[in-house]
Amino acid sequence: MKKVFFTTETRRQHRVSPRKQNLCVPLRNLSVSVVKAAVFLLLFLPAVFAQAPYQRIVNAHKEPGNWLTYSGNYQGHRHSSLSQINTTNVARLKPLWVYQMRDPGKVETTPLVVDGTLYISEKPHVVTALDGRTGRPLWTYRRTTPPNARGCCGIPNRGLAILDDTLYLTTFDSHLVALDMHTGKPRWDVLVADYKLGYTMTAAPLALKDKIIVGVAGGEYGIRGFLDAYDAKTGKRLWRFWTVPGPGEPGNETWEGDSWKTGGAPTWVTGSYDPALNLIYWGTGNPAPDWNGDDREGDNLYSDCLLALDADTGKRRWHFQFTPHDLYDWDANQVPVLFDAVVNDKPRKLIAQANRNAFYYVLDRVTGEFLSGTPYIKQTWAKGLDAKGRPIKLPNTEPTTEGTLLYPGLGGATNWYSPTYSPQTKLFYVLARENHPQVFYKANTPYHAGDLFEGGGARDLAGVEPFGVVKALEATTGQQRWEFKLHAPAMAGLLSTAGGLVFGGSPEGYFYALDATTGKPLWQFMAGAQIVTNPVSYLVNGKQHVAITAGPALFVFALD
Amino acid sequence: MKLLKGLSLLVGSALTLFSLALSSANNKAQGEKLYQVHCAACHGPNGEGGLGPTLAAPQLTRASDDEALFKIIKDGIAGTEMPSSRLEVEAIKELVRWVRNLGQRPVEKIGGDATRGGKLYFTKGDCASCHAINGRGSAFGPDLSDIGLRRGATHLRASLIEPEADVPKSFLMFRPGTALPENFLQVRVVTADGKRIKGVRINEDTFTIHLRELSGRVHSFFKSELKELHKDWGKSPMPSYRSVFTGEEMEDVVAFLVSLRGER
Ligand code: HEC
Ligand code: HEC
Repeated sequence: MKKVFFTTETRRQHRVSPRKQNLCVPLRNLSVSVVKAAVFLLLFLPAVFAQAPYQRIVNAHKEPGNWLTYSGNYQGHRHSSLSQINTTNVARLKPLWVYQMRDPGKVETTPLVVDGTLYISEKPHVVTALDGRTGRPLWTYRRTTPPNARGCCGIPNRGLAILDDTLYLTTFDSHLVALDMHTGKPRWDVLVADYKLGYTMTAAPLALKDKIIVGVAGGEYGIRGFLDAYDAKTGKRLWRFWTVPGPGEPGNETWEGDSWKTGGAPTWVTGSYDPALNLIYWGTGNPAPDWNGDDREGDNLYSDCLLALDADTGKRRWHFQFTPHDLYDWDANQVPVLFDAVVNDKPRKLIAQANRNAFYYVLDRVTGEFLSGTPYIKQTWAKGLDAKGRPIKLPNTEPTTEGTLLYPGLGGATNWYSPTYSPQTKLFYVLARENHPQVFYKANTPYHAGDLFEGGGARDLAGVEPFGVVKALEATTGQQRWEFKLHAPAMAGLLSTAGGLVFGGSPEGYFYALDATTGKPLWQFMAGAQIVTNPVSYLVNGKQHVAITAGPALFVFALD
Repeated sequence: MKLLKGLSLLVGSALTLFSLALSSANNKAQGEKLYQVHCAACHGPNGEGGLGPTLAAPQLTRASDDEALFKIIKDGIAGTEMPSSRLEVEAIKELVRWVRNLGQRPVEKIGGDATRGGKLYFTKGDCASCHAINGRGSAFGPDLSDIGLRRGATHLRASLIEPEADVPKSFLMFRPGTALPENFLQVRVVTADGKRIKGVRINEDTFTIHLRELSGRVHSFFKSELKELHKDWGKSPMPSYRSVFTGEEMEDVVAFLVSLRGER
């Protein structure tokens, strides 16, 4: 067929409504000294308060005007309790300004917003502070990446963490960098892992107490995964939890021979945190090699797990493995969502994950006890889950040389893009991928340090048309309330708001809003480039904004 | 970190198979084996062509040297059915050798007369009412200016005899980008005011669809404005020429199509 593409030229032709002068106070009636005081406040107050101490992040839900951590709060909700933009007026949502990044390509960053300033990571390692009113940059930090740093899937960076007055950035060559939030000047830069062994870092760090928690990617390169904590002030490493245990450690017996050394189990998406329990919840990825388990007999702990770690020591409190001895690359890195609810007449502290393997899981987050697991898209690999939540695998589901057809495919039921939980509707919203079976192949890939170590692959079938679908699930049961179909498979996260809305993005470049109770589409905007990131919402001068990147541009919206 | 792997598979698919550990002794056999698994379905078991062009030619247009050939096998040709692969370097090198070896074989013979076929194209076949060659003709069907580079004779013959057998089965490979390319799916709609319109899809997403009527007119719709929307999967607006052309004429038209290699 003809090779004509609809290009994304329209990206630069967006219409921007005239700026509102939000800061214009009626000066005539004010005395000079009051004006002076006001000017003083405007100029200096932000500097004084533009700091994000730990307590502020703990109480993030009390100040919805800011977006202080990757998921908006420690509970992984990606929910905004702002309701100025709501079901009755979202149709009037208009772009306010657009920030065009200098480097081309798609961007996966989630902006942080602190007191009217946005902090974003661009490609490859650029951090920019943007004035929330005008979209003009206040400072820029640039860092180069060694050209030979390699990853399976491009060079994404999903955003920053903030603590006190410091921003934290992970880099593709596996460094953790601390930047002064007022100037962008680096404070320290520490090596986390050796990129020559296939380690990369793409996730936003998680800042808590006096620590910066970071994970690594590299499950396709036979890394040995871990989760690290660094001293926020000095960059000194405080603890490391190996997600593939070494000899003598519990779990090492779930690996055959030396296979643990190249066992994978990366930690490449930002986890969640319960300040009261002082537990970090973090998902782990596939065992390596991905599609060939012949040399790694056993469950391969702690691959494809949810880990609950003590934030101070990094010691494991509990773990839950979703896909033991995974042969499909069904990472369990999806953002874990924390909420409290009554289950079987008992009030519970819960944790839920919509897993890449097609099941929606609810666990007790104090003990790790499995409570329920329900498929939320079509799957053909498991008969179901047993009482402990362990999958009962169907026969003939292993990848073979000739190939084995399974639902879901390699991309999974969902992936790294964020789900959202609304405390208002008590629904868990997730972008899923339907109708995407794939043929899983097995091969022999010898391990060479720093090279792909996958042991096979997956390929598409002709005549199959996968599509994206936004699903609203009852958070405690996983029962579906509604779904909204997208024309193509998408890779954009969701944001729910107290305005009764769910925002999402599409690969064609639509930023859209759905009614959170019915799934009905209420608004859309064509941004003209692929959206592969998560939306956020915040206030600037008391007015609600919504922001998302499309291609290499950040779009900010408000009511006109 | 595999979201993008997902993507590259969407684009590439077919070739992410096993990377064979290669013993240098049996290279030729390995090259052929790899070719049969990864390439033959589209390029024919002997490189005679099919959905993909013939590879059994001493000169390949897009792969003038081995380096270019290597790159095509590795990266595919963006926006076409030619997929990228994640084969190991050694395996790709074997394939390069095998494809070059195919070039030593005689190219599939095309019996027809291209000049006569060209005449039939513009007269009896009236193909230009739907297809363009170097800017001449209609945009309703796929542009044929370089169809001889992109498709083998077997596939071209089948397109004329049984157009519906040749309709793309999936638009998957085009998906990761921002929109579908022209893909000629037949679509029928009923508008809010009851008007019925039939055409080929030139673009579609969650909220909108664009079609081109046979007259060339392009319609743009928000789906919310439509009363009905039908997609005729597996149907082609192109008529079958089985009973229009004689066997000899058919071969002439195929020869003409094979001779279309762009303006270069
Ligand atoms: C799914 C079908 C498909 C598969 C599988 C496939 N190809 Fe192709 N290939 C095509 C198509 C279609 C084109 C023409 C693309 C265009 O429109 O330019 C092409 C083009 C090519 C070209 C350029 C030819 C020229 O004349 O310049 C080469 C070389 C090639 N393929 C080699 C291979 C090899 C080697 C393999 C196996 C590793 C392979 N292809 C697998 C469909 C396929
Ligand atoms: C009524 C319009 C119409 C007419 C007349 C028509 N075609 Fe087509 N043709 C199409 C459409 C639409 C497609 C794409 C859908 C499909 O593959 O069937 C197509 C597909 C093709 C293809 C396959 C292209 C590819 O990339 O695989 C070839 C070759 C072709 N036509 C040649 C011809 C020739 C030669 C004639 C005249 C003898 C002709 N067509 C007459 C509409 C038409």
